[in-house]
This record gives sequence, C-alpha cells and structure tokens, in this order.
Amino acid sequence: MPTLTAARLPMRPETEWPGHRLYVEQPLLLDCGVELAPFTIAYQTYGTLNADRSNAVLICHALTGDQYVADPHPITGNPGWWTTLVGPGGVLDTGDYFLICANVLGGCMGTSGPKDINLATGEPWALSFPVITIRDMVRAQKLVVEHLGIDSLFCVIGGSMGAMQVLQWAASYPEMVFSAVPVAGAARHSAQNIAFHEVGRQAIMADPEWCGGRYLSLGRKPARGLAVARMAAHITYLSEAALHRKFGRNLQDRHAITYGFDADFQVESYLRHQGSTFVDRFDANSYLYITRAMDYFDLAAEHGGSLPAAFAGARSRFCVISFTSDWLFPTSESRELVHALNAVAANVSFVEIETDKGHDAFLLQEPELFATLRGFLAGCGEHRGLNGLHR
Amino acid sequence: MSDSATLPLRAAAPARVQSGPSHDLRKDLRLIADMIEPGARVLDIGCGDGALLAYLAREKGIDARGMELSQSGVNACVGHGLSVIQGDADRDLEAYPSGAFDVVVLSRTLQATRQPRQVLETLVRIGRRAIVSFPNFGFWRIRLGLLWDGRMPMSDLLNQPWYETPNIHLCTISDFVVLCDEIGARIERSVALDRHGVPYALSPRGTLANLLAEQGLFVLAGGKS
Repeated sequence: MPTLTAARLPMRPETEWPGHRLYVEQPLLLDCGVELAPFTIAYQTYGTLNADRSNAVLICHALTGDQYVADPHPITGNPGWWTTLVGPGGVLDTGDYFLICANVLGGCMGTSGPKDINLATGEPWALSFPVITIRDMVRAQKLVVEHLGIDSLFCVIGGSMGAMQVLQWAASYPEMVFSAVPVAGAARHSAQNIAFHEVGRQAIMADPEWCGGRYLSLGRKPARGLAVARMAAHITYLSEAALHRKFGRNLQDRHAITYGFDADFQVESYLRHQGSTFVDRFDANSYLYITRAMDYFDLAAEHGGSLPAAFAGARSRFCVISFTSDWLFPTSESRELVHALNAVAANVSFVEIETDKGHDAFLLQEPELFATLRGFLAGCGEHRGLNGLHR
Repeated sequence: MSDSATLPLRAAAPARVQSGPSHDLRKDLRLIADMIEPGARVLDIGCGDGALLAYLAREKGIDARGMELSQSGVNACVGHGLSVIQGDADRDLEAYPSGAFDVVVLSRTLQATRQPRQVLETLVRIGRRAIVSFPNFGFWRIRLGLLWDGRMPMSDLLNQPWYETPNIHLCTISDFVVLCDEIGARIERSVALDRHGVPYALSPRGTLANLLAEQGLFVLAGGKS
C-alpha cells in the first residue's frame, strides 16, 4: 500500500496522545458517495504480533468508546474501557494476542471527524463532514489492518456498536475474519433505538451553543445539549433492576425531598454526573455522526433484505453473546442473527448471559462472559493452530 | 432383525484411551458416536454439557455443532470451546437449510418438544440422516406401573413426577414407527436399548421391542420425496 504512510500531524494537539496514527492520502469512497481524503486513523495496539501474523485481534469500540482499550484515557485519566478483558492474564491476554483498536471514522479521539480541520477551508468540518456508516468505519479499520501487514485477523470482537462492526467485518471481508464475537449487538438498529438516538441528537441541536454545528469555529460548546443526550442514552444502557439496586429511591445528601427541582434523588445526581463528565471528553458533532451511523446500520438491507445473504460467504467461527436484562439490544436480536447464521450453516455459538446489569454488562465484571470468551477463543486457537495460549 | 445385524452391538474400546469425560460417555451416546463417520457434519440437538460433541472432537476430529436449551449447559459447552447455540428444537431448527448436516442427533429430547412431528420432519430435512433416541413408554415396567399402581409411571429414565417432568410428549416405539411412516422418514437402522443404553437385538416393528426395550434408537433418512 504505497499511498499509506504513518505520519503525525503536527498541527493537532491530540498528537501528544499515546498511540499510533495512520495518515491516508488515497481517497476512501464512503457509502454516502463522498471520497474522503486525506484522513487520519488513530489506533492503539497491545501485545506482539507473532511470526506468522496469526494472533491479531481487532477490538471494535462502541458509540462513545475509543482506542484506549487498556490504558488511561488521555483526557479523563480513567482506566481503559475494556480492562476487564484486556491485559496480562486477561481473557484477551496481551501475552498471547496482538490487539488492535482504532478510533472510528467520525470520532473525536484522533481519527478524522467533524471536529477536525477541513484542509480545503481551514475551518473545522462540523456538519460538512460526510455522513459515515458502520461499513465506512470498517473500511477504515481494514486500512489499518493491512498497514500492519495482517492478512487474517484471529478475532474481531466488540460490544454494542462494536458488535455491528464485527458483523460488518464478517459480511464484507469474510476471508480476513477467522472468528467473530458480536456482544450485545444486532444486525440492524431497531426503531426504538433510532428513536432514542433522535432524542439525543435533538437535545444537542436544541442547545443554542450548538450554533448549527459551527460551535468550534465560534469558540462555543453545546455542553448542556450533549449532557442531556448522554443522560438519556445512559438510562438505556442500564436496567430497571440495576438502577433499583444501585439507587432505589434514595435521596442525595439530604433526608427529605425539597419540593424543588434540584437533584433530590441519587439517580438524578448520578445521571447529571454522567452527563457533565461526558462533555469533557466527547465532541457533540461526533455524537451526531456516530449515532447516525448506528441508525443507518441494516446488514440485511445491504443484501436485498436477506440477512442470511449477508453471511453467504462467511467462514468465520461466530460467538454471539447477549445479556438477559439488555433491553437496548435484546436477546431476540441476537437470536435473529443466529438464525440467519444457521441458514447459511455457519459455525456459530450463541450464549445468553444471565445478569441484571443491562446493556452495559459487556463492560463490567461478568464471570460467565469471561468464561465463555475464554473457552471460545481457546477452541478457535486450537483450530487456528495458535500454540502456547495461556489457558 | 435385519437392521441390527449391521450395528456394532458392543463397541470396541477406542484406540486412543484418554482421560476426561469420554470414559463417562453414556452408552447410548457412545453407540451414536460409533455410527458417525469421521469428517461428518454433525448437529447434536439437546447436547447437554457437550459430552457427545467433546467425544466426537477428541476421538474423531469432528468439528460438530450443538444446540441446548439450558443456559448452564450452553455456557459450559462454549466455555470448553464447543460450537453450541442456546436454543430449542421447536423454535431454532427451522432456519437451517436442507441437507445442512450429514448427521443430526436428537438424543432423549424428542419427548420434551412441543411439536414432535414437526421436529422430526425438520430433522430429516436438515440432516441427511437423523439419529433419534427416546424413552419407550411401552416398556413393560411402565405399563405395569400404571396398571398396578394406577399412578403416572416413573422409571430410571423418566424419573420426575408428572407435575415436574419436561417430558410432555411421551411415546412408545410402536408410536414412533407409525409417525416415521406418516412423515415418510425411512428407518435405516433401529436398536432397542436397556436403561443403561446396552443394545438388544429386537425388531422395532414387532411387539417384543415395544415391551422389553427401555429406550429406542433409530437412524432415519430422507423426507417424503
């Protein structure tokens, strides 16, 4: 790939952040018809690629995730978002695997997105950034994988929007995906989920600081709108049982209700905190673009309305995982996916994990999830001929 | 019984003796395993903890698939590297294309399905062969239990009381043979088994097997066409 060169962009402050950057000059044809060029993909790697390049695992992050899977977030300093899984001795053992995670196209953690400068105008892209899709994100990830000299990924794994990317990988590049693990995902975004996303987007756009998306050029920030979007979304990541267990109707730093609109309840205080910390690390326009990419995701629609047709050439070993209390991406969606994979007689495992933690369970301590993944990956390792995996 | 003559009535010990669950593989599962050729595409429905799948992988190098209703069973299987999906025979078989497998195994599960007829039809559609075993409700002890005690029979195989049993569609060997005829499934082999899965040489179409066998094991092929 002679047109691809790893480069640092000296004008961007994020270049001080850890990780790698791939600067792509060759235009990438997006689903919307636009040819994007040049653009940058920020990615992070962990572990070491083995001699026959057979131990690479691509991790696909969720809507508000990023490439900092297992090291501190450069803005918040919080631990990586999948340290439950990734690390020495972990399910995704950095001693066994070469792990790659790239910030998605349209993101705000180093990969090109609406907050970056459009070289043609010298202004931030804002809403003139082309609308991207899950397939566009995967196309960009493929450039990184190829840049690293990897022909075949041992595993592509991700939760939520990450699961969508996993499925897109298995459908678009089946020969490059030895195993695929979509966790808490679906082959299309449901009407209910599109509805929740629209609430979030409208909250951002209703913020006067949003300024038609041009807030960066004007030195403003739609923090309140983005915080409300995050608060609404955060509810969908939990479950009634989890909320009740964590907060119930407990009051926040007070003994009685105040007959006002302060955060009387702990759950209100919690959500406000979630919203206010989120705006420090996330770009409002990126939130619009990435939620839109999820809304547009419908793998069957790409294949004449037939989900099995999407997987007609699939050779990957699939492990589909859902959680009982996940109402955002319920088990029924995963089961529909499994039926489609069965229809093409794909090699598929399907596990529903009992938990009250809701959609966010994939980010949390779930021993059943870990045991399932460990066993599945060990089985795949045997079929792949990966020796010496830590069990 | 012409069919049983072709069956290895007592299987020889495996060439490679290994530690692990293979020593404990239920005799009827072992009998089933011995009917499966290396390299076959296999689906084991109601695979439980994956004992047959693990045996097939270990002894025959078969990368078999499984389906299991209980979450604990599925998690145990996948946690041991087996390809198993959480699902049930009534709901989750339809999606498979015709002839997707060389062998489909349904061991001691048919009687717990809601629609046994449809399940059986699906089995012979998605598998070139279907191996089906089930407890024989015509077994003499069961007949006698109902006649003598006047209560719902229980046995080693049917060991739960009527209000707790998942077995909602029990049948006799004769019933099963009639159903196979009705759906046009050809009986390639049949074996009568005692409670431990040790085979008897009895014709499934005669009355003796229906009286003396505690389990029936059938190899079916072909649909109506």
